[in-house]
Amino acid sequence: MIAVQNITKRYVNGSINFLALDDISFTIQKGEFVAIMGPSGSGKSTLMHLLGALDVPTSGTYLLDGKDVSTMQEDELAVIRREKIGYVFQSFNLLSRATVLRNVMLPLIYAGVPRAERRARAIRALQAAGMTETHFDHRSNQISGGQMQRVAIARALVNDPAIILADEPTGNLDSKTGAFVLATFQRLNEQGHTIILITHERDVAEYAKRILMIRDGKIEKEEIHHARRTQAEEST
Amino acid sequence: MSLLDFLEETYLALSSNKVRSALTMLGIVIGIASVIVMVAIGQGAQGSIQASIQSVGSNLVIVAPGMQRGFGAQVNAGRGSAQTLTQADADAIEKTITLAKAVAPELSRRYQITTKGKNTNTQVIGTTPTYPEVRKVEMDQGAFLSDQDLRVLARVAVLGPAVRDDLFGQDAAAVGQTIRINAIEFKIIGITRAKGGTGFSNADDAVYVPLPTAQRFLAGDMYVSMVSIEAVNQDAMSTVQQQITDLLLERHRLSNPQAADFNVLNQADIVATASSITSTFTALLASIAGISLIVGGIGIMNMMLTTVTERTREIGLRKAIGAQRGDITYQFLMEALALTCIGGSIGVLLGWIAAWAVTQFFGLTSVVSLSSVALAFGVSAAIGIVFGYYPAHRAARLNPIEALRYE
Repeated sequence: MIAVQNITKRYVNGSINFLALDDISFTIQKGEFVAIMGPSGSGKSTLMHLLGALDVPTSGTYLLDGKDVSTMQEDELAVIRREKIGYVFQSFNLLSRATVLRNVMLPLIYAGVPRAERRARAIRALQAAGMTETHFDHRSNQISGGQMQRVAIARALVNDPAIILADEPTGNLDSKTGAFVLATFQRLNEQGHTIILITHERDVAEYAKRILMIRDGKIEKEEIHHARRTQAEEST
Repeated sequence: MSLLDFLEETYLALSSNKVRSALTMLGIVIGIASVIVMVAIGQGAQGSIQASIQSVGSNLVIVAPGMQRGFGAQVNAGRGSAQTLTQADADAIEKTITLAKAVAPELSRRYQITTKGKNTNTQVIGTTPTYPEVRKVEMDQGAFLSDQDLRVLARVAVLGPAVRDDLFGQDAAAVGQTIRINAIEFKIIGITRAKGGTGFSNADDAVYVPLPTAQRFLAGDMYVSMVSIEAVNQDAMSTVQQQITDLLLERHRLSNPQAADFNVLNQADIVATASSITSTFTALLASIAGISLIVGGIGIMNMMLTTVTERTREIGLRKAIGAQRGDITYQFLMEALALTCIGGSIGVLLGWIAAWAVTQFFGLTSVVSLSSVALAFGVSAAIGIVFGYYPAHRAARLNPIEALRYE
């Protein structure tokens, strides 16, 4: 489903010539929960931008559901993003002046989903992300950080994307709330969603079933293990 | 994205920063309102000047004496001094110019007019019964001069209301009383209706007497000082003007039009001149107001640029969840358009009220025309697009990765 072949990404800015990704290849199957782990400057953010169709590689191919994303133009990438990808960011990136429900409906607006359908789909996504209905009409700056990230997860889910990309989703949360959010990802994975988690923390990466470790733009090693379980998961 | 979605986004964006939106809009409101008021005042002035020219008479062609030339052309007197225009000229015009509806010759001079205990100095116009039709004079009391009065050299007079007020007191009954013009007694047979000043002469401050009477008893010669001709319609005016010129040149045995001892004036030319003055005036006012509109537009651009910078992360997010360049461009363009259109509407309303107030409290005529309202709307929409496009374009071109990282 995701096939990355010999991808390199080179940044050229004046005299600076920086190789962020150096000939990377891997595949991720549908329904996997993969963590991409590495220290800062390892190239994991660059890789996430490529996987998330925010950028294209300098060379190599990236096949997403059989489509070659690596040669697409800006507006084509936007279509891929709204149809295939759901993002969860470290800093949530919610529209603070809009309600919880409207934040979740936003991708549906760009996808051209009819108005009547949007609300029902947003409510379903919010419930799947573990949000309680009492908050739906709150403005998104009136809820807690953990709730904000659940709203962001619901927004990522609402378009039923092929992959959910989470970029340091627990970075702005305390460890307990972070554990809740990670448990939510595990639950979504069990329901069949493909999840890619980008992090620099080992204990966060261990929530995934497979870990790709990146250093200096190369895959250093790959681990497959039993995912870590939390008490938070057991209590949900 | 549907139009409704864009409107909803626009509403959310503008209402989340009400004070700033309102202040930005104020620039457009003031700009549009001042354009509306200025154009209204300009057009009002144009209308009232035209009306006052038209009140002298419609489709009027006037023949006035030209320059007196001595034999040998050594000494030239001023224009209007020639005593070459006669009753016979007027009759000839009436007879041969078929496009002339009515012809009214007149001989006017100022005289001292006395009555019991009071006196005044005013214009005495010797004329014919066609005068009221040609010069749009209406009667308030009594009757105007009749053909019979002309035939018998009757010493009768019709007074303008101002003269009546001066001699007999405000609204006093004057018909039937007598006045003395140049020590000759005249009986008052009518009072004309007040017309107000016309800018060129005041028809209310005049005394009308039969033309032959004026020639015989007052002036002592047989010339006329002006012939007013009413053309059948506006299109015929220049033809009439040309025909009269040709006729009078022939009658006065002049071969060179440069040497004409008369001038033929066309009212349309006077209206056109006055119109060109007032349109210049209107354009001047409108362009001053237009400057404030441009300043308002720059205010919009400034706010939109600030907004784009402030919402960089939001733009990054929108792009990340699938917004295309066009979606972002339209969203910001709609915000600018909403500001200018709402501002424009308020401005039109405010301008309308201000124009009304100007008429009410300062007595200036003002006309808010539909075209100026339409223009104001068009201009505010255009300002929205012109000044909103650059910020919107900048927003749409943001790189989503950098935009998401923006602090």
